[in-house]
Amino acid sequence: MTGPSAQPAEGNILEARKVTKQFGGLVANREVDFDIPRRGIVSLIGPNGAGKTTFFNQLTGMFAPTSGRILLDGESIVGLPPHTIVELGIGRTFQNIRLFGDMSVIGNVMVGHHVRMKAPWWASLLRLPAVRREEEATRQRAKELLELVELPRRYEEDSARNLPYGDQRRLEIARALASEPKLLLLDEPTAGMNPGETARTTKLIGHLRDALGISILLIEHDMKVVMGISERITVLDYGEKLAEGTPEEIRTNPAVIEAYLGKQKTSA
Amino acid sequence: MRNVMRRAVITGLIGGVVFIYLSLVGLVEAFDERSVITGLLGLGRLVLMIVAIVVGYRAAVPIRGERGVLVPLGPARALGAGVLAGAIAGAMLGALLLVMISVNLQVMLTSASGRLITVLSTSTEPVVSALILIGGAALFAGLGAGLNLLPGAVRRPVVVAALAVLLISMLEPILRVMFVQLEAQVPLAPFGELAGFLYSGGGLTPVATVVLLVLVPATVVGWANQRRLVGVFTGPRRPEVEGIEEEPPARRRPATAARAERPSARRLVVYALLGVGLLLAPQILGVRLSEVIGTVGLFVLLGLGLNIVVGYAGLLDLGYVAFFAVGAYVTAILTSVASPAFAPQLSFWASIPFVMLAAALIGLMIGAPVLRLRGDYLAIVTLGFGEIARILFLSDWLSPWLGGAQGILQIPAPEPVGRDPQSLYYPIILFCVIAALAAWSFANSRVGRAWNAMREDEEVAEATGINTTNYKLLAFATGAAFGCIGGAFFAVKIGSVFPHSFDIEVSINALALIILGGIGSIPGVIVGALVLVGLPELLREFAEYRLLIYGAVLVTMMLVRPEGLIPNRQRQAELHEEEDVDDQYESDAGEDTGEPVITTGGAA
Repeated sequence: MTGPSAQPAEGNILEARKVTKQFGGLVANREVDFDIPRRGIVSLIGPNGAGKTTFFNQLTGMFAPTSGRILLDGESIVGLPPHTIVELGIGRTFQNIRLFGDMSVIGNVMVGHHVRMKAPWWASLLRLPAVRREEEATRQRAKELLELVELPRRYEEDSARNLPYGDQRRLEIARALASEPKLLLLDEPTAGMNPGETARTTKLIGHLRDALGISILLIEHDMKVVMGISERITVLDYGEKLAEGTPEEIRTNPAVIEAYLGKQKTSA
Repeated sequence: MRNVMRRAVITGLIGGVVFIYLSLVGLVEAFDERSVITGLLGLGRLVLMIVAIVVGYRAAVPIRGERGVLVPLGPARALGAGVLAGAIAGAMLGALLLVMISVNLQVMLTSASGRLITVLSTSTEPVVSALILIGGAALFAGLGAGLNLLPGAVRRPVVVAALAVLLISMLEPILRVMFVQLEAQVPLAPFGELAGFLYSGGGLTPVATVVLLVLVPATVVGWANQRRLVGVFTGPRRPEVEGIEEEPPARRRPATAARAERPSARRLVVYALLGVGLLLAPQILGVRLSEVIGTVGLFVLLGLGLNIVVGYAGLLDLGYVAFFAVGAYVTAILTSVASPAFAPQLSFWASIPFVMLAAALIGLMIGAPVLRLRGDYLAIVTLGFGEIARILFLSDWLSPWLGGAQGILQIPAPEPVGRDPQSLYYPIILFCVIAALAAWSFANSRVGRAWNAMREDEEVAEATGINTTNYKLLAFATGAAFGCIGGAFFAVKIGSVFPHSFDIEVSINALALIILGGIGSIPGVIVGALVLVGLPELLREFAEYRLLIYGAVLVTMMLVRPEGLIPNRQRQAELHEEEDVDDQYESDAGEDTGEPVITTGGAA
């Protein structure tokens, strides 16, 4: 499941060049070059405060880079608002789960599909037949996605907040998938999970790529997950790219071991 | 336990303060003019009884033991605590009575009059009267404590029945008029006899009271088995602690199922009856009540509009009156002969499209600058906008166009309806229905879902693909449209517009009614308008105490049932968020499923 069995990559879905982000005097990212191959699973790792989430947030338009280029499918997405970037095909989850807690589980997924729905506001007002059909189709699609991420049927109408932790993570993935992304960004998808849940989520991530043909970028701390699933790994340290390569190359890279894995070895 | 004693004493002291306060502001004596049960009970004394019952009830509520678990008191201690609290409260009132009889307080406190003494006295001997007050308060507090001991299934019908009887008694002037009108129009039906049976001399007859007290619980129990409405009266937060430290039941509240429900046959019948009722209402209710319903209708329009902005989109707008004012002024300028500068003298109906256009513009104008603001900041800025609007309408600068403080007079009535309340009622209700349908359609579409998401977490909504800028503007524009239509009807209803009609009270009223009714809930808006706008109009004799009662009702509601009378389910979940975690309350089984019922019938 976890093997790099993807088809030969046809170019990159995302290319970032010399992305720099400064917050006042603090340089959170310095001239980061980063590629995500089509249908690839790549990971971004690094110690806490290395600038991983900052980089992530620039991809999703939460804020614009101070300088540098980000191309999605060859088109620049720098400076576009987040909802436009979602429309162009980047979906994301959050490090600390951020569901619409009081909305139903299925409602959360349906919000995710919002960007692919076409009914203008006046058609919604008049409840035209086309609007109702679209609504029904969305509900159907949401159910399929819940099935895909293996959320039990009986949860559909529950408040999202009442789901068990692991299921909330999966629901967030379903919500992101509902926007039909070409590229899915997962911010620590296994954080806080027990080993069983982690294994299940890892398997799910591989399955999603194979089933939907999307590209996936992970931020992850769990080395087992990262090493097991990624085709390429990029290591950030102090906002700069420290290393890049296959899991095997990263595992044996002395700089990485010193900056990151080495610490773990001594502490373990 | 000492805790229980202490609480009983404190509750009793608070009750005593409430007693004395109500007496000295003159509420007790003024209310006692109105009889509830003819010859037996006036409203003033009833208020005192209700306070005593609440005191007893509060004193007997289960206490929080170790580890935060609720522990019921047991019958003896509960009753004891209730009686003690009541006796303390009664003693304070008795002391007041004795002081009033011996010293003339009226010099300082104008309401401490002979009339008040008569209301409080039951005997010629002051000391006996005072003792009777103590005993009476203790008795009713004991009843309140007893109420606490009853299981919910028994308590609810009792409370509902008592409230229903009170309501029927209070609505005497209206119902009596209605019965007379009905009798004139439907000669065979025994409405006259019914009126004679129910009422005499301004209150219920004792016999009718007994009959109602039996009939209402029977109906309520039957009804409650199918519907969840009973919770409206008793609140969902009653701790139902039967066993003491049992495991909290795994609790999962189904969230909003925005499911397009197929209207069942029964539903259709209900709607049809509702429709017929609304059509016939003015004829049955007569001029004065039609007028009242017209006013309620205006506030329903305002409430529905503000509900979209605040309830759906989560944008706290305290300057909503600006939309109301713009609607009224646009109508005035376009239709009135007396419009100072520009007077095209359109008909009311021809002016409506322009009102809508103006609404959309003003909605965008107010919405655009505040797009980045949230919560408190947004509230303050919109508050400012509301005041700016009023001051602009009042200003000398704009008076060549808007008439300044003189306003604009001679606004023609809409043809062919006229200004007669019994016919102006129809267009108002028509627009209310349209607005309610529009709000409902929005709420149950991708638009409503987007608003919902935005209200819960704006940043995530944006990151999920919702253009929050557009949806905020849409909310403002829709809210403005409803408010402006309300303003247009206000203008033609009164026949003139003045700046001072558009002060902050309108915004506050609209906000209060949606909060009272249940924020985010369309039936809630209707009920809220009926209660906050309709009831005060009907109980004019209490006008002096209107704001006092208004405030008390709002405070009580926020404490006891913050989700409103007919809550939106998702809101309810939000407000009880912490309890889900902290408390081990079991909610009323009935509260958990289905949508709240529409109770527009309250109008009649």
